[in-house]
Amino acid sequence: MHNKKKKWTLFDIVLVLFMVFVLVITLYPFLNILAISLNNAVDTAKGGIHIWPREFTFANYTEIFGSNDRLLQAFLMSLLRTVVGTITGLIASTMLAYTLSRKDFVFNKVVGILLVMTMFISGGLIPDYMLIRHLGLINNFWVYILPMLLSAFNVIIIRSFMDNIPKALEESAKIDGANDFTIFTRIIVPLCLPVIATIALFLAVGQWNSWFDTYLYARANENLTTLQYELMKILDNSNISAGDITSGNAKVIADQTNPQSIKMAITIIATLPILLVYPFLQKYFVTGLTLGAVKS
Amino acid sequence: MGKSVREVRGQPNAPLITERPIDNGELKKPPKLPKKGFWKQVKNQKALILMSLPFVIWLIIFKYIPVGGWVMAFQNYKPQNGLFDQEWVALKHFKDLFNEPMFYRALENTLGMGILGLVFGTISAIIFALLLNELRLLHFKKFTQTVSYLPHFVSWVIGANIVITMLSQDGVINNLLMGIGIINEPIGFMANPDMFWGIVTVADVWKETGWNAIIYLAAMAGVDPQLYEAAKVDGASRIRQMWHITLPSIRPVIIVLLILSIGNLINIGFEKQMLLGNNIVAEKALVIDLYALDYGIGMFRYSFGTAIGIFKSVISIILIIICNQFAKRIGEGRVF
Repeated sequence: MHNKKKKWTLFDIVLVLFMVFVLVITLYPFLNILAISLNNAVDTAKGGIHIWPREFTFANYTEIFGSNDRLLQAFLMSLLRTVVGTITGLIASTMLAYTLSRKDFVFNKVVGILLVMTMFISGGLIPDYMLIRHLGLINNFWVYILPMLLSAFNVIIIRSFMDNIPKALEESAKIDGANDFTIFTRIIVPLCLPVIATIALFLAVGQWNSWFDTYLYARANENLTTLQYELMKILDNSNISAGDITSGNAKVIADQTNPQSIKMAITIIATLPILLVYPFLQKYFVTGLTLGAVKS
Repeated sequence: MGKSVREVRGQPNAPLITERPIDNGELKKPPKLPKKGFWKQVKNQKALILMSLPFVIWLIIFKYIPVGGWVMAFQNYKPQNGLFDQEWVALKHFKDLFNEPMFYRALENTLGMGILGLVFGTISAIIFALLLNELRLLHFKKFTQTVSYLPHFVSWVIGANIVITMLSQDGVINNLLMGIGIINEPIGFMANPDMFWGIVTVADVWKETGWNAIIYLAAMAGVDPQLYEAAKVDGASRIRQMWHITLPSIRPVIIVLLILSIGNLINIGFEKQMLLGNNIVAEKALVIDLYALDYGIGMFRYSFGTAIGIFKSVISIILIIICNQFAKRIGEGRVF
């Protein structure tokens, strides 16, 4: 820091106050929703809940994990698609990135251009939808995985990282008779763990947060519903008219709880995994992003 | 000359993609290794080819075939027939599109919210990065930065829930405004079409400022500390140092990011608008993607919806090219 030794000035105090303000507007909504999710639903309707529940209850959470099969199933489906989507996405993007990092690869240019072009042109909503229909992926679990398998942005970040690995390592392995695939799994992947962690975070967050694919492609199959989609449905209903919140969620209504409070509990459940993961990967994604931005 | 090289290697029909370097090399010194022929290289790199092949096929199916689907825009596409077994109507759908008042409303909303998001998103990220960069308490700085990423990682479903909860009749914003006596009646934020663009912009700033500041902070970390020392000797205040040293130092980064976002002005997506919108504010929430979704899929007008998508892609490519040329002209280097 270029101004470490100087005395504290009014400027420093204003800075700290400003940052406290930023912290409050960022965190207050989450704390408020947490408090509402832990408060009796009937009591919540009276208003005035801030960051502490007034009539403490777990009813909204037991509703999700106990009495309501569909919400529990949605939670498990979100988990499943996140795990499968992250693993397949990681394998795909690191493998492709490795072939692109090999300057001697005969098809390096062709594959590279094919990939980068996708950042500038896309078919659009309707052609994508027709493709999914023709592939028979409507109401199929794989609609969560296949269309999101690769993103050019992620591949480029991984490739930039691989470019910084000394080529001598690969060459010595080659002299020892290792083939390209062995070099990839034994040498490259272990060295790329920081960038793999970053991309794993991006992929997992993308999968966990996804709702539109459920809405567009899988809403007719109750078994494929996800937490984000259920939340979106409650949001949609409550947003249009406060009186008509029960449609589609009639099963949810119980004495202790209502869709409004369950909405808050789902929000907390959907936020928690993210909160538990991203702070620990911060160092990696900050460098990963900066590296990617500089290269592209 | 290239021909003889092929013959030497005994593969007269092999395409010779490394022809030029070999020729140049031959003039100086006799060919050493090149230089296995194409097919030999292919054979040696079987593993690499097998590692990329599935994903090349994926790219073709999921990224390029949909672009081929653009022909639907020139047909009266009916899903029960094959893609080329359709009635061709030339530019009819584009003419329909340009005659549709709704389309201009969607365009206006898209560009309006796009520009607001770009301007306020950029300004807020730069200000946040500048101020965070000046913060002295390092642990507090780190904590603030970590917290500032949180909204970026939650979905827009959660983001929309938060915005709607905070802005509701008995939400914290209305309570606060009534508490300090600015208003007597709660404001129905979500039921006022005139406020919709503003709400989307504020929600965007709330969600993405911390994340967008990452790159600016990284650029600020690279500023030469001697510049600040010199400024201090000259008696420049901290604010003047920010203005005269930090900001000019990150200027190239700001310009590159601005140019990239201008190219994406029309690709603002539809998530925020779809999740925050409702029947009352629909006229201000309708963006191009929602329009394509409602008409294209909702009303089964696939060809019309595809035409909307093509229009969007063309505008987006034109914007990117203009911005790239502009970047070259002002000498900040091309973006790609």
